[in-house]
Amino acid sequence: MSDVITVNASGLSCPQPVMLTKKALSGLNSGRVEVLVDTATSRNNVSRFAENKGWKVEVNELEGGGYKLVLLK
Amino acid sequence: MDKTLTSRHGPWIAGGLIGLIAVALAHYGNPGNMGFCVACFTRDIAGALGFHRAGVVQYIRPEIPGFILGSFISALIFREYSPRGGSSPAVRFGLGVFAMLGALVFLGCPWRAYLRVSGGDWNALYGVGGLIVGIFIGILFLWRGFSLGASTNNPKASGLVMPLIAAGLLAMLFIAPKFGENAPVFFSTSGPGSQHAPVLMALAAGLIVGWLAQRSRFCTVGAIRDFLMMGDSYLLKGIIAFMITAFAANYALGTFKPGFEGQPVAHTNELWNFLGMVLSGLAFTLAGGCPGRQLIMAGEGDSDAGVFVLGMLTGAAVAHNFSAASSGAGIGAYGIHVTIAGLIFCVLVGVLCRDRGE
Repeated sequence: MSDVITVNASGLSCPQPVMLTKKALSGLNSGRVEVLVDTATSRNNVSRFAENKGWKVEVNELEGGGYKLVLLK
Repeated sequence: MDKTLTSRHGPWIAGGLIGLIAVALAHYGNPGNMGFCVACFTRDIAGALGFHRAGVVQYIRPEIPGFILGSFISALIFREYSPRGGSSPAVRFGLGVFAMLGALVFLGCPWRAYLRVSGGDWNALYGVGGLIVGIFIGILFLWRGFSLGASTNNPKASGLVMPLIAAGLLAMLFIAPKFGENAPVFFSTSGPGSQHAPVLMALAAGLIVGWLAQRSRFCTVGAIRDFLMMGDSYLLKGIIAFMITAFAANYALGTFKPGFEGQPVAHTNELWNFLGMVLSGLAFTLAGGCPGRQLIMAGEGDSDAGVFVLGMLTGAAVAHNFSAASSGAGIGAYGIHVTIAGLIFCVLVGVLCRDRGE
């Protein structure tokens, strides 16, 4: 299994979480990318973007607040 | 209902409803094409509090505290109340000041720019054009790595400040205290500040829109930004629906009056209608969202958005105290100066504020 790429987009204003995710996914045809975000808005925006690009999105709510999004393809 | 608002259809459903509510508010007493204007309403509040003394634009517009409280209540109910802050607050304050100054050169925030077009005010086409250009300049900075840095989680209580300020404003509206002779709270007896929908109707409208926008993420700047940057029309559909329903309602009520001359609370200076909104569009893009969105995020507990809103309040006072605000007669004596200063400030912010993690 290839390495997991982690993107920390916690605390960033729109549209930076999506931009960082886009950068991480560019050129990747498959794999596992984990994106950390802190708000429901960023969670939804990143999920929508990844799903539109054909990635499956698992949403994990973190205990201290925020979300870990696991993008799989 | 909540499933729908948070679905792919959320922004256009919310936008369509907000367009109808906006025209209804103008029909029931708000100034023409001013069902909602975050800039004008914040300016009126600054005047009511005596932060500026332009007697025709002083009124505590309940729509603004309504937005904040509607979002706050919605965020609490749906577990999205999330106090956070610390992403270059002073820069955000400056962006709020200049976003307001640009909006008052044009005479409207992005919400009102779209509403003006929907009412047939073609001067606002220059404003919308300027808005798009300003957003595009902001995108260029984003592509170059612009960032104001990450915010962090703050104590739960820290997110209560803006909702408490909103509640305080409503208390001052309903009690209307007088703090001395020639002292606030001021309520205009003539001009745009004297024109308003019934208080409870306007407050209810603000609360409903606060809820709709909190759930759907309706954003009048993000709509254009996401479309230009990524071809994502998710938020753009909200603006299109907003303009379509506002146009249809204006047409049905006989308030669609196409033309350039004699438009309500508007001037016909093409260049500064355009450049005022270039400044606003750029400032909003660098701050991450339109003025309505900033109010909504402030209600969710985002202190950085709260600081931006307080910057807008300050900008409104500056605009009128320093003769920079436009009026129906044309641009203010120092409108050009503040617009140029604001553009320089925003370009410096865009160039100098980069992600340090790179």
